[in-house]
Amino acid sequence: MATHEPLILIVEDELPIRKFLRATLTAHGYRVDEASTAKDALIRAGMQPPAAVILDLGLPDADGLSVLRELRSWTTIPVIVLSARGQEADKVAALDAGADDYLTKPFGVGELTARIRVALRHATASSAAPQSVFAFGDVSIDLAARVVTRGGDDVRLTPTEYNLLAVLVKHAGKVLTHKQLLTEVWGPPHAQDVQYLRVYMQQLRHKLEDDPAQPRWLLTESGVGYRLKDI
Amino acid sequence: MTARRPDPDALLQQAQAAEAQSRRGRLKIFFGAAPGVGKTFAMLTAGRTLAARGVDVVVGIVETHGRSETESLLLGLEILPRRASEYRGATLNELDVDAAIARKPDVLLVDELAHTNAPGSRHEKRWQDVRTLLEAGINVYSTLNVQHIESLNDVVAQVSGVRVQETVPDSVIEEADEVELVDLPPDALLERLRQGKVYVPEMAQRAIQSFFKKGNLSALRELALRRTAEWVDAQVDVLKREQGATHVWGASERVLVAIGPAPTSATLLRSAKRLSVALRADLIAIYIEAPSDARMSVSDRQRLLDHLRLAESLGAETLTIKAAPGRRVGDEIIDFARQRNVSKILVGKPSPRTPLERLRSSPVDRLIRTSGEIDIFVVRGEGDDNVANSTRLPLLASLQSQAGPAQYLRALAVVAAFHAVAYLFHHPPDLATEAMIALLGIVLAAAWCGRGPSLIAAVVSVAAFNYLFTEPRFTFRMHSLSDTVTVSVMFVVGLLVGSLTATIREQSIAARERERRTGALYAMTRELAAARNHDEILEVAGRHLRDTFRWGVAILLAEGGRLEAASGDPAALTLTEASMGVAKWCLDHTKACGRGTTILPSSGVLCLPLLGGSGKVGVLACDIGTDDPSPTAMRLLETFAQQAALALERAGLIEESEEARIRADAERLRNALLSSVSHDLRTPLAAIAGSASTLREAGAGLGDDTRRELLDSIVDEAERLNRLIANLLFATRLESGAVEPVREWCSIEELIGSALHRVRNRLDGRRVDTRIPDDLPLVRVDAAMIEQLLINLFENAARHTPPATSVGVAAWRADGHLIVGVEDEGPGLAPGEERTIFNRFVRGDRGSLSGSGLGLAICDGIVRAHAGRIWAENRHPRGAIFRFSLPIETQPDVPQPDEESLHGNP
Repeated sequence: MATHEPLILIVEDELPIRKFLRATLTAHGYRVDEASTAKDALIRAGMQPPAAVILDLGLPDADGLSVLRELRSWTTIPVIVLSARGQEADKVAALDAGADDYLTKPFGVGELTARIRVALRHATASSAAPQSVFAFGDVSIDLAARVVTRGGDDVRLTPTEYNLLAVLVKHAGKVLTHKQLLTEVWGPPHAQDVQYLRVYMQQLRHKLEDDPAQPRWLLTESGVGYRLKDI
Repeated sequence: MTARRPDPDALLQQAQAAEAQSRRGRLKIFFGAAPGVGKTFAMLTAGRTLAARGVDVVVGIVETHGRSETESLLLGLEILPRRASEYRGATLNELDVDAAIARKPDVLLVDELAHTNAPGSRHEKRWQDVRTLLEAGINVYSTLNVQHIESLNDVVAQVSGVRVQETVPDSVIEEADEVELVDLPPDALLERLRQGKVYVPEMAQRAIQSFFKKGNLSALRELALRRTAEWVDAQVDVLKREQGATHVWGASERVLVAIGPAPTSATLLRSAKRLSVALRADLIAIYIEAPSDARMSVSDRQRLLDHLRLAESLGAETLTIKAAPGRRVGDEIIDFARQRNVSKILVGKPSPRTPLERLRSSPVDRLIRTSGEIDIFVVRGEGDDNVANSTRLPLLASLQSQAGPAQYLRALAVVAAFHAVAYLFHHPPDLATEAMIALLGIVLAAAWCGRGPSLIAAVVSVAAFNYLFTEPRFTFRMHSLSDTVTVSVMFVVGLLVGSLTATIREQSIAARERERRTGALYAMTRELAAARNHDEILEVAGRHLRDTFRWGVAILLAEGGRLEAASGDPAALTLTEASMGVAKWCLDHTKACGRGTTILPSSGVLCLPLLGGSGKVGVLACDIGTDDPSPTAMRLLETFAQQAALALERAGLIEESEEARIRADAERLRNALLSSVSHDLRTPLAAIAGSASTLREAGAGLGDDTRRELLDSIVDEAERLNRLIANLLFATRLESGAVEPVREWCSIEELIGSALHRVRNRLDGRRVDTRIPDDLPLVRVDAAMIEQLLINLFENAARHTPPATSVGVAAWRADGHLIVGVEDEGPGLAPGEERTIFNRFVRGDRGSLSGSGLGLAICDGIVRAHAGRIWAENRHPRGAIFRFSLPIETQPDVPQPDEESLHGNP
């Protein structure tokens, strides 16, 4: 990287959105590059590789998903997709195709910077040594020791519950689709058995949340997947 | 001498000018008293005059009969080729109606209006051809002799002794726009006859001699003059009426004529017609069907049908009425007359009566006694000999009509059997016993076999009795006077009892038949009332018509001038192209036609128009086989057709009104949506634009708090706008059916949790109590939709309750459903709001601040899409509770937690 401030590439055809994203990101200390078409985006990403990409799924000249696939053919830089509500299927498709996270328009600035922060952290963390101990609320998870405590007491989890929690912890702050979770915990043959997730997530919440019906950490992204809230 | 009112040429010019608006052609009749007066000559002369003036005149058909003076008039006129048809080896040439319509001249000359067409022609009579031409907008000149007018037919026969077979209905002459009398004094006519200048068709030489007598010709001339005068008179009256003259004949009179199968009815009808013309009254012809008419002979039935047709051709309103059981025909006539305000009734003079009949009062006597203020005209019947024979021997007629040989054999078998029994009882001899047994045989023969067989049974029985039982036995002689008396009494009693029994039998048969028809009609009417759409009606009508009449039937629906075979009736008759043509004619002219009628009688089907209250619905086509239907069957068929037509029309109206209602609903909703959306979109937009411009214009001069407030307002209003648009889009998609739930297994606890997470800010710190058991089953739903549903319910609670209250969420299972309830502590629902609150654009009167009224409607739509139910009610002591249910399906396979390997420290 040439400078300290990470470079964010904004791929968005609407000028007002680009304007406000540039203002926000610059204010938060990022450098910003902009592209308004799919073709332009790929050229710019190739010429000056960014630290992360904010990609609108609806572009005038091509599907945002095809830009994502093109990028994924040569780089693992974090990609955060933008889409409208009601397009859950598009989001899932983008996430399964390698997008790191998504934002639903309209979104607040807080949400945006949190997503970028998480994405950049995971991008750098994957190259560094994995974090061994993770904590949220009064719960702490020692991945190396495979120990989970709550308020200092051991929490007894079944192996499947632990595996599920471990996957969420590894991607803390990021959304994980049903398919990603199911493949990772139960294996590819169970990629469609969403009921497994429902049952085990509920059990995890009952063991780890104060009020399982109003969870603070193990969050549901309806129609998309789950997210372990980052601290 | 010509009787004419306005100048005919002027009339013609008017006609041509008005042709565009009144498309019907005008008919001019050259009217004469006898053949040879020069009608054809006059017509051709008139035609030539017009042609010379440039009018497009074409000769349709003119018979010159080789008269050179007539032929010379044809020179220079365009003559339409005739249509040749083969009939019994001879070639007959007829007027080609289709060619005439295709040629469409201004004026067509058609000779001999009363002519009968060759079999297989389009119409039976030429006057029907002419009517078609007139309807096609062609002006027609035609010729007619006085003896061919229907209502004068019998008067002419009386005067001249020659009955003419070819007649033209009076209505045709009445419809004529002009009648020109072609007159020739009898002496001049006789002179022409002597010179061989008169062609007289279809009459024997003797008839011609008796016809062309000076006395006859004078009488005919007088008739023709009088008829023309009547016509002119009627025209004057019409004119007066049209011009609003005050002179109108008094209360419009109605003449009723009662007709039946008796041959005298034809005369009666014509008399009635003359009377009604003289009185300028409406004519109603009525046939009262008595129960005993069920045993009417074939020839009587045919005659009755002829009379009904004659009545129609005379322009009478023609009706058939069934006498109620046990009521006299005379009473039915009087009742009907009173009902219709009839002033004069014509009946036939009763036929010569037997001494027995003289003891009872005749129907006419009774009619006169009960008629009250109504005038009764008893008219002499006049019949020719062969017809009189059949009326004089009613017994014979009924013998033929009722019983076949099998019936007679059965009757004889019964007689034989009872005599065998009587023979067994003949030891010791007791004539009274045997006579009783034999009588029983006659009675049973009458009851089982009918009138004729009972008569034969009586005769044979008495003969056999005489042969078998009276002394000396096995001879036809009798010794003692008492035996003779016994046998005679037995004969008379046998005849009377047999006849009475047979009458009862006939009446019960007639009653059954009537019952069957009424029942059939009732059954169809009832089913038609229950049928909801065209297809059902067609199926019901088709089935009932087939069951009742045992004919193949098809119902054709009129689709804007065209006829279409209806699809609703799978067993419908398939029509040939020719039959479709007949049906089309029926539709165009809204008249019954085809087999069994006078129009297109040689076609394969009988067609009846289906007329609803406001127009043509279609055509009913029946394959009636070879026999003409009886008048009763025709009337019943017409009633069926009318019922079917009304039902079809009703179905059409219902469909139309339903469509109109849906359109109006959609229109109303669209308007409500537009007004709601424009208001709800503009409010946040105005706030955003106002706040933003304030910040731009006076940014530096504002205090920090004010700036903060304006910025918050922009963000809040933008969020509100976003929610509104999301709801609108969702509602639109739900409405258009574009949203098919993407179902997957979900945990309701999880959905409630994520919904609460998303509305947390909107709840403004209200406490949320959740009561969700651990062991709830999963539901297969669209997660995003159910989340949206819960969000809408929470937002609704937040919107309608004070900030410091709490919101409760509970879920439980009941009756195979998962129930979720969202409770608030607000003011609750107004009475009656429980259901309407789920309608679009309804906002509760609960201090609503915002919201388009779409939120709960969307909830309703989402729940419906999931085969669930949503409802609202008030809580005790305050607040509202919204509940919805989702069906619980068979739970999916989930690996059970392996408890023994609980993970703690490994």
